[in-house]
Amino acid sequence: MNRKFAVLALAALFALPAQAQTEIQWWHSMPGALGEWVNDLAKGFNASQSEYKIVTTFKGSYDESMTAAVAAYRAGNAPHILQVFEVGTATMMASKGAIVPVGKVMADAGVKFDAAAYVPAVAGYYTAPNGQMLSFPFNSSTTVFHYNKDAFKAAGMDPEKPPKTWTEVTQAAAKLKASGHACPFTTSWVSWTQLESFSAWHNVEFATKGNGMRGIDTRLTFNTPLHVRHIENLSNMAKQGLFVYKGRGNAADATFVSGECAMTTGSSALYGSVKRNAKFASGISTLPYYPDVEGAPQNTVIGGASLWVMSGKKPAEYKGIGQFFAFLSRPEEAAKSHQRTGYLPVTIASYELTEKAGFYKENPGTDVSVTQMIRKTTDKSRGIRLGNFVQIRNIIDEELEQVWAGKKSAKEGLDTAVSRGNEQLERFQKANKS
Amino acid sequence: MEKRVRFRSSWLPWVLIAPQMAIVLVFFFWPAAQALRQSVLSQDAFGGVTEFVGLENFERLFADASYLESFKTTAFFSFLVAVCGLSISLLLATMANRVLRGAGVYKTLLIWPYAVAPVVAGVLWLFMFASPMGVVAYWLRMLGLDWNHLLNSNHAMALIVVAAVWKQISYNFLFFLAGLQSIPKSLIEAAAIDGASPWRRFWTIVFPLLSPTTFFLLVINVVYAFFDTFGIIDATTKGGPGKDTSILVYKVYYDGFKAMDMAGSAAQSVILMLIVITLTVIQFRFVEKKVQY
Repeated sequence: MNRKFAVLALAALFALPAQAQTEIQWWHSMPGALGEWVNDLAKGFNASQSEYKIVTTFKGSYDESMTAAVAAYRAGNAPHILQVFEVGTATMMASKGAIVPVGKVMADAGVKFDAAAYVPAVAGYYTAPNGQMLSFPFNSSTTVFHYNKDAFKAAGMDPEKPPKTWTEVTQAAAKLKASGHACPFTTSWVSWTQLESFSAWHNVEFATKGNGMRGIDTRLTFNTPLHVRHIENLSNMAKQGLFVYKGRGNAADATFVSGECAMTTGSSALYGSVKRNAKFASGISTLPYYPDVEGAPQNTVIGGASLWVMSGKKPAEYKGIGQFFAFLSRPEEAAKSHQRTGYLPVTIASYELTEKAGFYKENPGTDVSVTQMIRKTTDKSRGIRLGNFVQIRNIIDEELEQVWAGKKSAKEGLDTAVSRGNEQLERFQKANKS
Repeated sequence: MEKRVRFRSSWLPWVLIAPQMAIVLVFFFWPAAQALRQSVLSQDAFGGVTEFVGLENFERLFADASYLESFKTTAFFSFLVAVCGLSISLLLATMANRVLRGAGVYKTLLIWPYAVAPVVAGVLWLFMFASPMGVVAYWLRMLGLDWNHLLNSNHAMALIVVAAVWKQISYNFLFFLAGLQSIPKSLIEAAAIDGASPWRRFWTIVFPLLSPTTFFLLVINVVYAFFDTFGIIDATTKGGPGKDTSILVYKVYYDGFKAMDMAGSAAQSVILMLIVITLTVIQFRFVEKKVQY
């Protein structure tokens, strides 16, 4: 009896894993092909060393994973790394004690971390006023102009000469409509493309205090004459059938890929879907601007998400996270990710590596997003950091829908959006005063 | 005469209802208590900073013009859903009641939509109406109507009412059919012999005898329109255009789960709960008096 016991005990010991790998939970919102990219990154890191293991979990869309993370955190079960969309930045920043700044994680892990190596317009969005990086810029896209080259040819326009200014866009739309196109121009993410990125591109503020980067007492300013002029232009285009509204969020993306709409302003990340599914030749160009505005074009504002590190974990786990971020920042890794997904290169070195490899020459249009971002940013164009940003974008969606439907003038719509949005900012300021 | 089951032991009844009570406690009372608690606090998303603010969240809601607007939208929407749902299913039930051959087939087909989840129903109707691939949108445009549910509030409201009613018709149909079949044929035959037209027979005999069913369905339909329809709205119009299809429950979901405003969302759910409780009490007090059992 005793012998049997001893043998069983020995067997149980051998059944235990030989090495206790530190597991790091990563919750993300990348579906489909992008999800495969995330899994490959984790696999690559896990294969490169044996101490840590990154475990990825797809948690649904950006707001679904954020909700799940909030609930998990309150229950004491938060993941180590959470992918949060850019509009959630202020919420994450203001959550006392819930997160650990990435700069601190990297420093504690003993990883050599040089903030200047990251593309300023990308990293600046996720950096605190004192220069400390709060979250790791993971997948950043920016606003670009997609257009259907075949439709241009059919309308008698040169497919290699896309419109650069908003006047040219209107003219191109008119020609497209004349050639029988039902939807010359549309846009996705209306607030991001037509107000937020628009402001940075023209070097004007979307909100005070450097768009909220310098203080929580920021207020909205997107109802200046320039903004009103632009929305009025779009509203006139809508009345003439040159601009067709196709819904909130990125609902309009599908209409471009299907060929229904000939021109659209949207995310540079649409490139992957267009390359795979579109049955026409397409091109990417810079976001249109008004040449009579001084300082335009400056740089556009990023979209996408970053990786935040949650608090309450063990020091060994933080070390692993630091090493993972260092892995992601390696020029070859970052370059590979950039070329595979169409998201912006995270470091300047990875951009140079990609350029040297001739990637941009072989895939024309993929460097548009990069050239719009690799420039020196100004105080007004570095990024946007507003509390309750999700609600503010929703308010903008609602008010602009009234403008497109002809129920409100551009000025009324923008003024109402600003005052309703400011209520949200006041509330955020009150709830997070410290 | 009232039927009552008499138990001889004193603890058996409690044990038998205990499982149901446990479910009601865990899935209704506990979350409701949490909502009440969160509605008087001001918190950041992760619950790190918590501050008691009394009725401030409620004051903020009533100061918001769009929230008050949403009361009107919800009332209008529920009225449409209840009226259309009940009338159409009553019509279908009356028709199905007279069919002798193939009655089973009709009934099965009419009951099927109830198994469809609200979100799926919403997406289904969205595909049919969403221009330009939508079949129904195409037909409407051929008839000369420029269908645009993204920018035209009436079109958007019509879309969500159709999607919501479609789902509920099966449920109402089932109950109406059962109610119709429990009406003694002798009454109807007697009226027919006395020379009453089908129309007259329906309104003076069938409809009053159906009143318990109608009353029950009215309560259920109103509660359905208030609560279970947010999936449809989220899949189709997302409260747009502007705020014209933003019903109360959609705003609760949006503020809580998309905008991370837990306190505001909790305050709204408390108000919604009070509204439905009030409506149900009113219905039981006043409308029930008219019901003839």
